[in-house]
Amino acid sequence: MAVFSAKNLSVSINGTPILKNVSFSLAKGEILGLVGESGSGKSMSALAAMQLLPDGATQDGSIRYKKHEIVGASERTMNEVRGRSISMVFQEPMTALNPTKTIGDQVSEGLLWHFKMTRQRALERTQKVLERVGLPFDNHMLDRYPHQLSGGQRQRVVIAMAIACKPRFLIADEPTTALDVTIQAQILALLKEIVRKDQMSLLLISHDLAVVADMADRVAIMKDGEIVEHGPTGQLFRTLSHPYSQQLVEASSHIPKARTRPLDPDAKPLLAVEGLVRTYPLPKRSVFEKRQYHTAVNTVSLRILPHESVGLVGESGCGKSTLARTVLGLEEPTKGHISFLGKNPFEVSHKEEKALKRGIQAVFQDPYGSFDPRHTIAKTVAEPLHLLRHEISETAKNGKVIAALEAVGLKPQDAHKYPHEFSGGQRQRIAIARALVTEPQLIVADEPVSALDVSIRAQILDLLADLRDRLGVAYLFISHDLSVVQAITDRVIVMNGGRIVEEGSTEQVFRHPKHPYTRMLVAAAPDLNASLKRRHKAEIKARTARQKS
Amino acid sequence: MFSYGVLRLLGLSLTLFAASIVVFVVLEVLPGDPAQVMLGISAQEDTLAALREQLGLNAPVLTRYVDWVLGMLQGDFGISYTYNVPVSELIAERAAVSLPLAAIALILSTAIAFPIGIMAARFRGKALDTGIMGLTQVGIALPNFWFAILLVYVFAITLRLLPSGGFPGWDQGVLNGLEALILPAIALALPQAAILARVMRSALIDVMSEDYIRTARAKGLSARVTLWRHGVRNALIPVLTILGLQFSFLVAGTVIIENVFYLPGLGRLIFQAITQRDLITVKSGVMVLVALVVLITFIVDLAYAAVDPRLRRGR
Repeated sequence: MAVFSAKNLSVSINGTPILKNVSFSLAKGEILGLVGESGSGKSMSALAAMQLLPDGATQDGSIRYKKHEIVGASERTMNEVRGRSISMVFQEPMTALNPTKTIGDQVSEGLLWHFKMTRQRALERTQKVLERVGLPFDNHMLDRYPHQLSGGQRQRVVIAMAIACKPRFLIADEPTTALDVTIQAQILALLKEIVRKDQMSLLLISHDLAVVADMADRVAIMKDGEIVEHGPTGQLFRTLSHPYSQQLVEASSHIPKARTRPLDPDAKPLLAVEGLVRTYPLPKRSVFEKRQYHTAVNTVSLRILPHESVGLVGESGCGKSTLARTVLGLEEPTKGHISFLGKNPFEVSHKEEKALKRGIQAVFQDPYGSFDPRHTIAKTVAEPLHLLRHEISETAKNGKVIAALEAVGLKPQDAHKYPHEFSGGQRQRIAIARALVTEPQLIVADEPVSALDVSIRAQILDLLADLRDRLGVAYLFISHDLSVVQAITDRVIVMNGGRIVEEGSTEQVFRHPKHPYTRMLVAAAPDLNASLKRRHKAEIKARTARQKS
Repeated sequence: MFSYGVLRLLGLSLTLFAASIVVFVVLEVLPGDPAQVMLGISAQEDTLAALREQLGLNAPVLTRYVDWVLGMLQGDFGISYTYNVPVSELIAERAAVSLPLAAIALILSTAIAFPIGIMAARFRGKALDTGIMGLTQVGIALPNFWFAILLVYVFAITLRLLPSGGFPGWDQGVLNGLEALILPAIALALPQAAILARVMRSALIDVMSEDYIRTARAKGLSARVTLWRHGVRNALIPVLTILGLQFSFLVAGTVIIENVFYLPGLGRLIFQAITQRDLITVKSGVMVLVALVVLITFIVDLAYAAVDPRLRRGR
């Protein structure tokens, strides 16, 4: 019998349909993967299962936990079900924990709420649960606050909170999206182990096909509030029939067309960084303590040739963004030397500095956050032209803005609109247009596609590849996502702890990683094809074993 | 926690130092001769010279500043020109009225604002919320002296329950003293409560949309328990900021209410000292108020750290 099932579930918020006739069910110990892009309704399905829908939501259909109907159940009943029978692991481990309460208080809270037990007893059980999720055993863990833990540790605490009362059904909504790849692999392995051992059912919600293909027994693909295709994982991916699922799979391993403009390895490098060091003073713990420094970037050297695309990968805190900021001239190097177009941007005259700044532009992760909502697109895109303010006329400026918008596939009339009128992918196009408007030789792109859905990501990667060939711009492409870097770069640099641990041609580094850290990174990165192959092998093995017996 | 406190304290001492310079410079070095001001324009030149000598105005500026600060550090705030008693005595006497008044008003305003702010947030958008918010709007809009007069009319003149003004002194019995402070405290507290309730409501509404509130609900906690356990404490930080500002205002900014109720408070002391050109009282009185505000800021800073563990260490 199904532990949990949704049947013809429809949810509307203030009259707008969000879920349309969604049906799925989970057997005991089964993992169901729910994949889809933003706005597909996958998170809303989870909130419906918990009956924590936002205000103004109306629902129709049936949700059952074992024999109990959940749709329309009283608040009282749901307070007993939530956390006790159905639990949830949330995406953002920092914000999912209350910053003003200790870990011990937060994990034991559910136990004290659902069971009659003393605080002492609840804390003992909390300690056991924390060990269960792999947090290091020490007596102080219970007294720590969330900000004293790392991102991975926090997510372990969130999982501990969810499983503390031994629920039969667990929902994990993008449980690893905010984490580094190596941590992601650990957390996924932990979830799988817990679910298998305790025979829990898990609804795993993710935008990442590779993660779902690796974890789930069955997969459901959602689009615009509907499940368009579902079935057992291996079979589903082999026989995708719905055009949207096919498009999703194609987009997630999309590789833009190869470069048409050959590189000249003997050309004078566009950017040369020699022995760059950047340190930050740490706050003093007491008035008398000697000031300590954190070295974010430690003796880094790199070169970028004209129209070369160089990838910079590493996990959060490895110094990749600091390096990018220094290259952009936003931070002065503590030590070392930077030369762009043969000149050191920190030593040239004011006039030359402006010329250098025109030659190097940036694209950031969150396009919306980098726009002023009250500026029109024309004004936003024209902003870097401030560097040319005495040199070009207003008409020339407008011409450049229109040209930049057209280069990224937007229309001239879009210039008069405001940022909120565009979708996420269009906004990233605007950000790229803003970088292009000064006709730079180098674009520093810091996680430019990380916030985007896979199909949009594929389009932006195509655009970047196209601009590389058409306009001859070079990229310093920073990302934690190895598959993206692999798709768009000629050469890759791997950073760890502020140092470069490995560099080489993209193909060579990914195919034959030398440094142990790179190997770990490559192994931890989810890969759809690899996990489908693994699954296929396991299926064949299981079948032959069955035939033998 | 300890080093956080020490660091804050150091910063606040610097603030105090800077404030002392500003107060000194404004009142002494700027054009205008205190002796002339005290004696009027028709004063004789030799009388003026004698007074300048007596006030120590002939000494170099730096010496006078250092003497003033060192004096205050030892509790010597100078002698009032008009009352001819030590300024410290004047201030102590007036603070005995102003501080209890401020404290009662603050307690009252918190006691009113917290429950209604929390209720408004809990029933956001419902009739109760609209009603409470409407009332607070009125509370903010009404001038407090008008409200004070209304209170006097109702409770002192019509119902004859409480005195209409004046202060008998604490030596006439604590109850008599408190009785005299009740109406002024209510007049001060209500507008403050209206502001505080609105801050509490909006802070709580912000907090209630945080992810960890959803986490708490996912554990099975009811909406009410979640609000009390996870919401209120996190909403306290902006509320504390306003509370600190309000207490500072209540100690020194109550001249109007003190006048309506004829209370001998600090605000009135300084106001009168200004009109009577009693510059030493103004100077020292203002410094005492600055010190008080700095002290309150320090307490608020400590309270922040008590509420939010992230502030307890510098790192």
